[in-house]
Amino acid sequence: MMKGKEPLFQTAKRESIEPWKAWMIRLIAVFLSLVVCSGIIIALTGLNPIEVYKGIIEGAVGTKRRVWMTIRDTLVLLCIAVGITPAFKMRFWNIGAEGQILIGGVTSAAMMIYFGNTLPPLILFPLMLLGSAIAAMIWACIPAFFKAYWDTNETLFTLMMNYVAMQVITFCIIFWENPKGSNSVGTINSATKGGWLPKLFGLEYGWNLVIVLGLTIAMYFYLKHSKQGYEISVVGESGNTARYAGINVKKVIMRTVALSGALCGIAGFIIVSGASHTISTSTAGGRGFTAIIVSWLSKFNTFAMILVSFFLVFMQKGAGQIASQFNLNENASDVITGIILFFILGCEFFIDYEVRFRGGKRSSAE
Amino acid sequence: MNENYAIELKNITKRFGKVTANDKVCLSVKRGEILSILGENGSGKTTLMNMISGIYYPDEGQIAVNGKEVSIRSPKDSFDLGIGMIHQHFKLVEVFTAAENIILGLPGQELLDRKAVTKKINSLTAKYGFDLDPDQKIYTMSVSQKQTVEIVKLLYRGVDLLILDEPTAVLTPQEADRLFAVLRNMRKAGHSIIIITHKLNEVLTLSDRVSVLRKGQYIGTIDTKEATEESLTEMMVGKKVSLNIERPDPVSPKKRLEVQGLTCISKEGVTALENASFVANSGEILGIAGVAGSGQRELLEAIAGLIPSARGSALYYPPEGGEKELTIMSAADIAKAGVRLSFVPEDRLGMGLVGTMDLTDNVMLRSYKKGRSFFADRRSPKALAEKLIHELGIATPGTSIPVRKLSGGNVQKVLVGREIASAPAVLLVAYPVRGLDIHSSHTIYNLLNKQKKNGTAVICVGEDLDVLMELCDSIIVMCGGTISGIVDGRTATKEEIGKLMMKTGGIQE
Repeated sequence: MMKGKEPLFQTAKRESIEPWKAWMIRLIAVFLSLVVCSGIIIALTGLNPIEVYKGIIEGAVGTKRRVWMTIRDTLVLLCIAVGITPAFKMRFWNIGAEGQILIGGVTSAAMMIYFGNTLPPLILFPLMLLGSAIAAMIWACIPAFFKAYWDTNETLFTLMMNYVAMQVITFCIIFWENPKGSNSVGTINSATKGGWLPKLFGLEYGWNLVIVLGLTIAMYFYLKHSKQGYEISVVGESGNTARYAGINVKKVIMRTVALSGALCGIAGFIIVSGASHTISTSTAGGRGFTAIIVSWLSKFNTFAMILVSFFLVFMQKGAGQIASQFNLNENASDVITGIILFFILGCEFFIDYEVRFRGGKRSSAE
Repeated sequence: MNENYAIELKNITKRFGKVTANDKVCLSVKRGEILSILGENGSGKTTLMNMISGIYYPDEGQIAVNGKEVSIRSPKDSFDLGIGMIHQHFKLVEVFTAAENIILGLPGQELLDRKAVTKKINSLTAKYGFDLDPDQKIYTMSVSQKQTVEIVKLLYRGVDLLILDEPTAVLTPQEADRLFAVLRNMRKAGHSIIIITHKLNEVLTLSDRVSVLRKGQYIGTIDTKEATEESLTEMMVGKKVSLNIERPDPVSPKKRLEVQGLTCISKEGVTALENASFVANSGEILGIAGVAGSGQRELLEAIAGLIPSARGSALYYPPEGGEKELTIMSAADIAKAGVRLSFVPEDRLGMGLVGTMDLTDNVMLRSYKKGRSFFADRRSPKALAEKLIHELGIATPGTSIPVRKLSGGNVQKVLVGREIASAPAVLLVAYPVRGLDIHSSHTIYNLLNKQKKNGTAVICVGEDLDVLMELCDSIIVMCGGTISGIVDGRTATKEEIGKLMMKTGGIQE
C-alpha cells in the first residue's frame, strides 16, 4: 500500500496499560505543561518563568504561616469534595454545595453568637457540628425530595437553592451586624474566642485536620465497601437495575443527598468555627463548585482528592504571591493552573488509547 | 481490481496489540447484490465493517470501490465513496421529525425548503416500499420505524453500498420480513447491500452470497443457492454441531406458579396485559411466544414485582408448602419473603446487570443485602463469580472486569448464571439468546434444561418459534396483551402458533 495514503496517525483503544506506564504518561504531561507555561509566561510578561514558579511556591508554602494557610484551605476544599461525592456518584448533580455550606456556616455562626460564651466547649462544639450538619442536610433534602418523588431536575433546583441561601445569609448579616452600619458581622467573639475551634496537639488547625481526614477515610470505606455505597453505585448507573435488585430508589436518593448535605454543612462549620470566625455571603467562596472539579478529577477516590485539592489550593495561594511580587494580575496563575489541568486531563487520552504515527514501526512491545 | 464489484477487499489485516482481529480477509460485493457476512461473536465481522466505514484503518491489504483502489481514512471518506452503515444503536435526534433527522448535517441553503425535502423522502419511500411519515417525531416511533429512518437517511444522501449490522436483532419476524422486502427492492434498483448476521435462516432467504469469518480468519464465500443451514454452520463453527435442542420429559410436575386474571395498566392508561391466566409446573419449560410488545414483558415484570398489577393474582407454591401472593409485593419484598424466584430480564445491561461494574459486583446485585453487617461481603460473590466463569466457560480476563467489556454471550452467561445460582423454584427468562451465537445459545438452552431437570418451573419468553417448539413443553401464545392460546410444545405446528399470534386482528398492524 502506498505509504503516503495512510492517515497521519491512527488511534486504537488500549486493552490495558501497566500502572507505571500510566504514571509515566502523567508525569510527562505535568512536565510538558510546565514547559508550555514557561513559554507563555515569557511571551506574555517577559519574566523569567523559573522566578515565577519560585514565586508560586513561595506564596503557597514559603513560610510556616503560609504552609498552614494552604493546609487549612486544602482541608476545607477536601471536606466539600468528600461531601458532594456520594451525590455525584449517584449521578445526582448536586451543584448546591455552596448553599449547603452557607446554611451550615450560618448555623455555626448563630450558635457562636448566642451560646459561644455561655455553653461549655464540650457541649458547644458537638452541638455546632451536629447543628450545622442537620441544617444543611435539611436544606439539601428539599431538592432531593422533589427529585425522588416527582423527578424534578436537581441541577436547576440545587443551583437555585444557592441563591435562596445567599439571601438568608444577607438577612442574618444585617440582623447580627457588628458594629452597626458596617454591613458585616465582623469577627465573632474576637475577645473571648468563644466557639472558635481550639488547638489540638498544639496545632492551630488540628481539629480541622482530624475531622476532615477522618471523614475522608470514612467516606472511602463507605463508598467502596458498605452496602449503602453499593446501592449508590447501582442507583447511579441505572434506576431500572436498582428496582430489579430490590433497591428502594427513593430512599437511597434521600439518604445519599442527606449525607452529602450534612458533610457540606460540616464544611461550613469548619470554615466558620475553625477558620474565618465570621459569616458572609462569600463564606463558601465558590468552593462548592471547585469541589466538583476535585471530585471528578479524582474519579470519586477520596484519597486522590487530597492531592487534587492540595494542588488547586497551592496554585491559588501562589497566585496571590505572584500577583503582588511581579505586579501580575491574579489571573496569571489561573492561566497556569488551566494549562496544567489541561495537560493532566488530556493525558488520560493517551492512557486509554494508543496512537500510531504514519510509517511508525509497530513495535511488539505494544 | 474488478470493476464489476461495488467494493472489493483484498487481504485485509487488522491487529489490536497481540490480537489479530482480521487476518487476510477477502470480500467482494457486486452491484445489485446482497452479501451476508456470517460469523460467531468475536469473529471479526464488526472490525471488518469498521474498516470499510472509516472508523479503523487496515494494517495491510487493499480496498477498491468500483474497481478503483481507495484509502478510507475517516467516516467522511467512506461516505464520499457512497458507503453507509447502519449500526445496531441508532444515531437519531429523538425530538426531531424523521425528515429533520434525514437532512441533518447536509449542506444547503439557510432556509429549508421542507416541502421539497418531504417530496424527495416520499418519492424514496414509495420507490422502495418503506412505510414512513416524514413528519413523525422520532421519540414516538417503534424500533423498526427508527431503523427505517436510518436507511432512508442513507438513501437520501445517495449511498450505493449499504451495510447493516444485525438489523433484525431488534425486530419482530413481521418487521424483519418487511425489511427484507425493502432490501430486495433496493437490490433491484442496483444498490449493493452487506448484512451482518448470525441468523442462518435470514442468510438463506435474503442473500445472494455468503462470506464466512471464523476467529478473524476468512473461511470462504459461497452462493446461497448451494448453502444449507448445516453447511453454513460447519463453516462458521469449524466442526459439525448438532442443531437439535434436547427436550427431556418432565418428571412429576407440580404446580409452582398460578397466574389468574392478571391485568396491568401502564402509567399512560394503556392496558398492556389483560386477564392472563396460566399455570407453571416444576420440571417443565413453559414458553411464551408472540410478537414483541404483546404483553410478555409486563407479564414477567408483574410477576417479579417490578410493575404494579391492576387486577388478578400470581400465586407462588414453594416446594416446602405455604403459598404466597406475588402481585402485592415489590421486588424487594419478594426477595425478603424468601420467594425463590429468579428473573433474567430482556434488557441485560439496562436492568439485569450494571455494565460499568465488575463481575463480582454484578454477581452480588440480588444478594448484597444478606447479613446484618453494614459492610457488603464481597468474598462469597467473588467465589461465585469464579465458579460461574469456570462452569459456564465465561471468556473474561478475571472477575474485576466491567461486564460491559464482555461480549454479548458472556454477558448473558453472567446474568443467567447468577439467577440460576440462587437455586430458584421459578425461573423467568426473557429472550435468553437474543444476539447470541450458536455456541452460546446452546449453552443457555442446556442451562435451562438443567434447571428443568432439577425441578425448576422455567418460563421462557422467546422470539424464535423454531427454538420454542423444540425446547418447551407447552407454549403460551400472546397477542395484543392477552393470552390467545396455550399449545403443547411437542405437537403444535408453526402455522397454528402463527395464527394465534395474530388472533385478535393484531394491535401491531
